[in-house]
Amino acid sequence: MMLAAVPGFTNNQSSLSPVGPGAGRTEHEFALIFWITLAVYVLIILYLVFVVARKHHSLDTIPDPLPTTDEGDRTARRSVVGAILVTVALLFIMMIGSFETSRALGSMNEENALTIDVYGHQWWWEVRYPNNESYKIVQTANEIHVPVGVPIRIHGTSRDVIHSFWAPNVQGKRDLMPGYETEVMMQVDQPGRWRGQCAEYCGEQHAHMSFYMVGESKHEFQQWLDAQAQSSVPPSTPQSAHGQQVFLTHACVMCHTIRGTPAGSRVGPDLTHLASRKTIAAGELPNTIGNLGGWIMNAQAIKPGCRMPPNQMSGSDLQDLLSYLETLK
Amino acid sequence: MRARLLIFLGIALMATAACKREQRVFDPGSSGAQVANGVALNDVHAGGPVPPFNASKYEGSAYAVGEGKRLFAAYNCSGCHQHGGGGIGPPLMDAEWIYGSRPEQIYSDIVQGRPNGMPSFAGKIPDYQVWELVGYVRSLSGQLPSDIAPARSDEMAVKKAEQAKKKEHPADENPQNVEHPK
Repeated sequence: MMLAAVPGFTNNQSSLSPVGPGAGRTEHEFALIFWITLAVYVLIILYLVFVVARKHHSLDTIPDPLPTTDEGDRTARRSVVGAILVTVALLFIMMIGSFETSRALGSMNEENALTIDVYGHQWWWEVRYPNNESYKIVQTANEIHVPVGVPIRIHGTSRDVIHSFWAPNVQGKRDLMPGYETEVMMQVDQPGRWRGQCAEYCGEQHAHMSFYMVGESKHEFQQWLDAQAQSSVPPSTPQSAHGQQVFLTHACVMCHTIRGTPAGSRVGPDLTHLASRKTIAAGELPNTIGNLGGWIMNAQAIKPGCRMPPNQMSGSDLQDLLSYLETLK
Repeated sequence: MRARLLIFLGIALMATAACKREQRVFDPGSSGAQVANGVALNDVHAGGPVPPFNASKYEGSAYAVGEGKRLFAAYNCSGCHQHGGGGIGPPLMDAEWIYGSRPEQIYSDIVQGRPNGMPSFAGKIPDYQVWELVGYVRSLSGQLPSDIAPARSDEMAVKKAEQAKKKEHPADENPQNVEHPK
């Protein structure tokens, strides 16, 4: 809030431009500490400059030992005691601010918050909107749509190594440990796409493991959720029908799910509504037909070490496959 | 003094040798040669001799074998073979091999499929991943050195680590030489 005037501080993926109460409180606390310590620093430097510039003695003429007077001793004692009192008072202010922030973050728990499951994978995010009716469960990846102004409970764990879920504009980090389930409350108050990133080193492609929190109005969110809960659209042209066959007879089917087809593996991201997502490869590339083609043919050239293997297929097979994937809105 | 130097050199040598097991090849090459299609099991077949594949590239890399372990679960090999103990499919941790215990034979089992349930993964799994699986499958019966075989599992352990597996001795381990008539 208070740093927003400084250029470079108002950014996406920055905890200094919060869009939710979680990051907002943290930013307040940060600004409080920042301005207090800055003021203390500036005052001390100014005083130091003042004392040096006053120049009562030069180095050659300092008498040894320094003459002391009772008056001078008293002044010195008063100054030291005063400085200690001010320091303790300022530290107390910052400490109380810190307590208040922690308490506010801890009491964000809401009984009827919207729960979203987030699972960290090497190197992408599995996102799941649970529902008691299993046909309404929504599976997607790397894009977390949330209604604006509604408390969200992110419930998560890791499927392999330790990851850390961090959307700086929205809330602080939360580590995702394999075999341990965790929950963190957050809320997005501004519509927009807020970039997040894995914040715990998790292997070769840790730096390319990002996601987006997409804040939408309640109405838009509900529309999106309903659309995502649908099965995939059946192919409507001969080209995309052949593309679906390519998908089902090549390596794709070993790892990916497309609901509404026999493909049901859970190793890689769910592709049922792939074309509705803005990016592929965990935020690494914009979701364009060219990028998708390159990613399918040799993902190792884009994200070396990632779990997507290079694939071999003829040019026409690839074109048909791409035209099929394009229809998965 | 000399003994100390020798010990130091010995340790240095072991350290450099140990590096190899950690080598990781992320880019397995162009996708042109990625589709698994089976290897020749002997020299007599149509089309002339096929250059033998060197499985040691994978069986010498702890990373490749570890990837094999991950893929073994990811591709649901464990659905039939369990964690090597067998169930719907035959066990993989003992000395019995219906179709041979050598790497290229196991490779062919995966790629071609076998009667009574083993599906063919030809075209479904890239070549290098098949070899990674072969390395892992062989580690299940202790065929790989213990510094290469996986030492731990990501999930709850149902058996000792592959590293701790005592070596099994398949019947075809040392093929008996056929006496040629003189």
